[in-house]
Amino acid sequence: MELVCIECPRGCLLSAEKTEGGVSVSGNFCPKGRAYAEAEITEPRRVLTSTIRAAGAMVPVRTDRPVKKSMIFALMKKIRAARLTHAVAIGDTIMENIDGEGANVVASASYGGEPCSI
Amino acid sequence: MKRDIVIIGGGPAGLAAAVAAYDAGCKNVLVVERESEVGGVLKQCIHNGFGLTRFKENLTGPEYAHKFIEEAEKRGIEMLKDTFVTELTADKKVTCMNQSGIFTVEAKAVILAMGCRERSKGALNIAGTRPAGLFSAGTAQKYVNVKGMLPGKRVVILGSGDIGLIMARRLTLEGAKVLCVSEIMPYSSGLRRNIAQCLNDFGIPLYLEHTVAEIEGEGRVSGVTLVKVDENKRPIAGTEKHFDCDTVLFSVGLIPENELTERAGVALDPRTKGAVVDGDRQTQTEGVFACGNVLHVHDLVDFVSEEAEIAGRAAAEYALQGGRAHAYISAENGENVTYVLPQRVDKNKNAPQKLFFRVRKAFRNAVVTVDTGARRKTVKKIAVAPGEMESVALSAEEIGGAEYVKIAVTGGDR
Repeated sequence: MELVCIECPRGCLLSAEKTEGGVSVSGNFCPKGRAYAEAEITEPRRVLTSTIRAAGAMVPVRTDRPVKKSMIFALMKKIRAARLTHAVAIGDTIMENIDGEGANVVASASYGGEPCSI
Repeated sequence: MKRDIVIIGGGPAGLAAAVAAYDAGCKNVLVVERESEVGGVLKQCIHNGFGLTRFKENLTGPEYAHKFIEEAEKRGIEMLKDTFVTELTADKKVTCMNQSGIFTVEAKAVILAMGCRERSKGALNIAGTRPAGLFSAGTAQKYVNVKGMLPGKRVVILGSGDIGLIMARRLTLEGAKVLCVSEIMPYSSGLRRNIAQCLNDFGIPLYLEHTVAEIEGEGRVSGVTLVKVDENKRPIAGTEKHFDCDTVLFSVGLIPENELTERAGVALDPRTKGAVVDGDRQTQTEGVFACGNVLHVHDLVDFVSEEAEIAGRAAAEYALQGGRAHAYISAENGENVTYVLPQRVDKNKNAPQKLFFRVRKAFRNAVVTVDTGARRKTVKKIAVAPGEMESVALSAEEIGGAEYVKIAVTGGDR
């Protein structure tokens, strides 16, 4: 399988094949590329970024680890339904264990609980 | 009002410049920001991928901005928000306007950090009516990420710049149907990884060598017709593709925002559309420095921060010690290179210098030739592309012996 590594702006062109012992990867500049290709072949994952609605503001959020790509739309549904009603600091967990595998949705920016421009 | 340094713009460039100037010993710094929060466009760039070079972390835009906002606040750097700069003069008087009125700040040094804006549809000359539903990609990004509003349900994206690619994914996640991305060039101007993670992940087609034949709609956009172009960018009859859509996004490039610069009489470079600068990022107007996207459009914010720190340190030195005598040689673009920055290299600086440049077209196994008049050196690069800024480093000795610097890219496979 031919892949473009998404780990950094270099965007290495990877070639990955399933072998008896695991996955063989070539074209990667660094170990992140190998890990990415292995995951793409077995279970692709992505960090999901979005926003959560609060009073008068959208608060940017992210998952604190990569989640299964196949679950992304289901997770978006949960994030879109959520409302933030209290103040949060950057890095605070807003939704715990959203994917059932331990990934939390955390704030990418602080939110004062008051309308703000971010 | 008097300040040692006035920084125009509180985005990533302005914030990094302010912190660097402060740390270089110049504490009397003022950042002027027209929005109600600093952080610039990073505030609406909620996706990740920032900071990999600088912090070895995969941060979202707001997280990257936060690191610099925190540093600026820790130092107590003065930031005037909701304040618009209406005029800059060559003798470094900065006229500002906000709710309390109009006032002028006299500065010893000024750092231009106004960033860039998106090229508009008007700059493109597209046939058709003028219905609602046409947005620049960045405007759509602000609607979705900051205001929480979806600009449309069925979307065609014109231009494959990174913001357009990012918005293709973002709109898809928010429930819109992104029908395609159309690009007139035979390659995307966006990063390869963004084609992979924003288009391929969601099965969004990318039509290369396609342009808009027509935008249709009365009141609101109802459709777009794309057409394939030949090697001279002329439409090929019979290759039209029609899409029913209610929204069209434009992601067709960024232009440094240099109206203030121009009116101050600071010399601009038509290649970068930013000021002509030396290695300190000092413009040809003494004591006026420039950094970030107002100087030249960057692909990565990490490099904006690096450049802003150079400008911040140099502006601090200028404000505290005054100007130095310079011995400039020019840095020029040779074959297959669109521009080199800085455009002037100061031999008196007696320091190594990194020169940034962009190539005109993509090459694999490229050979970069740096000609200094006195000698020539070559550097090999595995792959270069117009969308990715490159650099070469020159030592103090190489610069000392140089008559000029000319960078060219040759060889390799196209």
